[in-house]
Amino acid sequence: MRPALAVAAVALLALGACGTGGSGDSADGDVTLTITANAISGGKNAETADWTATWVIPRFEAAQKAKGRDVRVVFQPSGVDDEQYKTKVALDLKSRAGADVIDLDGIWVGEFAQAGYIKPLAEVAGPEADSWEGWSQIPQAVQGLGTFEGRRYGLPQGTDGRVLFYNKTLFRKAGLPDRWQPRSWQEILDAGAALRRAGVPVPIQIDAGTAMGEATSMQGALPLLAGAGAQIYADGKWTGASRALRDVLDFYRQVYSGGLGDPRLQQEARGRDKSFAQFAEGRIGILAEGDYFWRSVIEPKAGVAPMKDRDSVVGYALIPAQRPGAGIRGQDFVSMSGGAVRVLNPNSKNPKLAWELLSFMHSAEATTSQLAGAARITARKDVNDTVLGTDPMLKFVSDEVLPLTAYRPPLAVYPQVSVALQEATAAVVSGTSVDEAAAAYQRKVESLVGGPAHVSS
Amino acid sequence: MARLRHDRADMSAPMVSGKHSLTFVVPALVLIGVFLVFPALWTVYLGLTDYRLTGLAAADPRVVGAANYAEALGDERFRTSLWLTVQFVLGSAVLGQAVLGFAIAWALRDRRGPLKSVTEGLVLLAWILPSSVVAFLWIALLDRDGGTLNAILHTPGFAWLLDHPMASIIVFNVWRGTAFSMMLYGAALENVPPSHLETARLAGASTLQQLRDVVLPHIKGHVLTNLLLITLWTFNDFTAFQLTAGGPDGRSEILPVYIYNVAMSGGRLGFGAAVSFLVLVVNLVLAFAYLRLLRSRGEVRPS
Repeated sequence: MRPALAVAAVALLALGACGTGGSGDSADGDVTLTITANAISGGKNAETADWTATWVIPRFEAAQKAKGRDVRVVFQPSGVDDEQYKTKVALDLKSRAGADVIDLDGIWVGEFAQAGYIKPLAEVAGPEADSWEGWSQIPQAVQGLGTFEGRRYGLPQGTDGRVLFYNKTLFRKAGLPDRWQPRSWQEILDAGAALRRAGVPVPIQIDAGTAMGEATSMQGALPLLAGAGAQIYADGKWTGASRALRDVLDFYRQVYSGGLGDPRLQQEARGRDKSFAQFAEGRIGILAEGDYFWRSVIEPKAGVAPMKDRDSVVGYALIPAQRPGAGIRGQDFVSMSGGAVRVLNPNSKNPKLAWELLSFMHSAEATTSQLAGAARITARKDVNDTVLGTDPMLKFVSDEVLPLTAYRPPLAVYPQVSVALQEATAAVVSGTSVDEAAAAYQRKVESLVGGPAHVSS
Repeated sequence: MARLRHDRADMSAPMVSGKHSLTFVVPALVLIGVFLVFPALWTVYLGLTDYRLTGLAAADPRVVGAANYAEALGDERFRTSLWLTVQFVLGSAVLGQAVLGFAIAWALRDRRGPLKSVTEGLVLLAWILPSSVVAFLWIALLDRDGGTLNAILHTPGFAWLLDHPMASIIVFNVWRGTAFSMMLYGAALENVPPSHLETARLAGASTLQQLRDVVLPHIKGHVLTNLLLITLWTFNDFTAFQLTAGGPDGRSEILPVYIYNVAMSGGRLGFGAAVSFLVLVVNLVLAFAYLRLLRSRGEVRPS
């Protein structure tokens, strides 16, 4: 067992070497604040990373200097899958470390709050958090992204909506119209069949499987479920193997076993990134995504898979219900929305100052500058009113999609139910029958939410 | 070996008293206690709870007794994962690295000059490169669109990592880890007296007979030590995660990846700890079996 001892000794040395690092050290009254986000210059969410580095940090430091305080702000970038970023932040907070201002997906707020990793803003920063000028500018539904059990944990950055993007060049080749708006699932499948006949390699991309993570739920399973008239959580019950769920799985089956989609892409470890690249290369006809895709992925200059001719080639349509009127609330069209928030680290050494930084990042001035000419649906009405006119796609989302959208339940168990949903789509895509996948899903959900009494079917 | 043991018995004559030897051992014992025993016991405790990464059970875990263990043992995904791990260890460590490593060491044993240094250099390079870099190279090699292997074989669109995930990570791990076996056997083969091999050759023994009757008895201890080490390393190896992430649909989800997926991505730290403890037990059993073999070898001297 001597090798084990040697290994232990080496590990000990390595630990010792690491122990001297760490962030947030303040020397001689100088204060350092850290911001973290799943954004990195030249990669994922590059515009957020660049805005933080070139606008927020210098301005905030200058403003503090004017007040006679020496504050240094550091940005910790990340450019990984959302699930990995979530794990990293959870571990940071668990060990009472991590950045002072943290970017989170709104859907994680519930489970982070329950774990005690984050605290209500007013508890961390004091009463000034509740009297912030910005609250009156943020619609209630958007405030909900950072709210858990009636208390505000984070400042919302904005919201989004899901639509169907399509490639007009490929549509023309397949004899489909330039302005396309399907009214039922069947019309999506019909368009897919026409695209396939015209030789388009991947007619339809609807995210599926566990490798795509939450994207499968947000871009695929949940909007489809809404189109079949069901919400994942309603009236205190989770959707089980109901008719609506089976219809959703059957739609997946028709896409992926009918040659309309590429089942392999759903299984690959980097499948979603690949689907982006393939759409930009003109290999995918129809792709369901959030407006994130428009402003960060195929954006002509800074996107991760830029399309120079985006504005003329890429069209967008509302996601139809299964049949007209079959969606939730009797709607003809459906969508799903989410959005990111920024929270304060309750273990911050300078909570007041961290709040100053956080509220500065969400001021009208900062929000406008983050757009830097490019539009997105921000959390603030005053900013949206002035900027959305510049981008027809985002105006479309704001005017047409947000009124009919739905949000995920802000419950801690939701992410686990979401994984069960992803597993069900994965099973169908790899050839399992709809009934079998639905039954397995039902069993999994029952075990997650505490028995059949909490599941509707 | 017998002579060595004899020397050691002489040295342990009262040169240092019992009290003194204790003082020398204490720092090591403290290290072992803090960094090995305590985490192991902590894992056992966590495995008995419903501890999670987030949510209510993160703030206030409850003790659930043996429920995690019962669930793991009854879970088809765990059993599949265990079986995949056995395939991975047998395929890539015992058969792959050990056999290939020995073959290279044997083929190069009498050679000098550039061939030997180039071969050894290349094998070593695979071993010393950082795993993230290596994983990236292999993804570039095996990728279905534009991967190097498909370009060489003229099989565009063949999805190696999706159609043969286990074979891919086994070959990958053989490539990656053969250097250790090669070096260990290379050193071991120098212990085989050339005169014995010469005698065997003169007596008309074939290569196989030489290996079996002359070489193997001399390097048996090295073989067992090598197998012990590479088995344990491979059993706990996580690098494969960077190639397939356990996918597609769990078809290459070996135990370390399974633990990561349930404990970190799935947030079930308690369940993950229970599975980790089961893995620890398997490792102990393996190590114990190998050590028994090593010891029994020492008692029976080769004639």
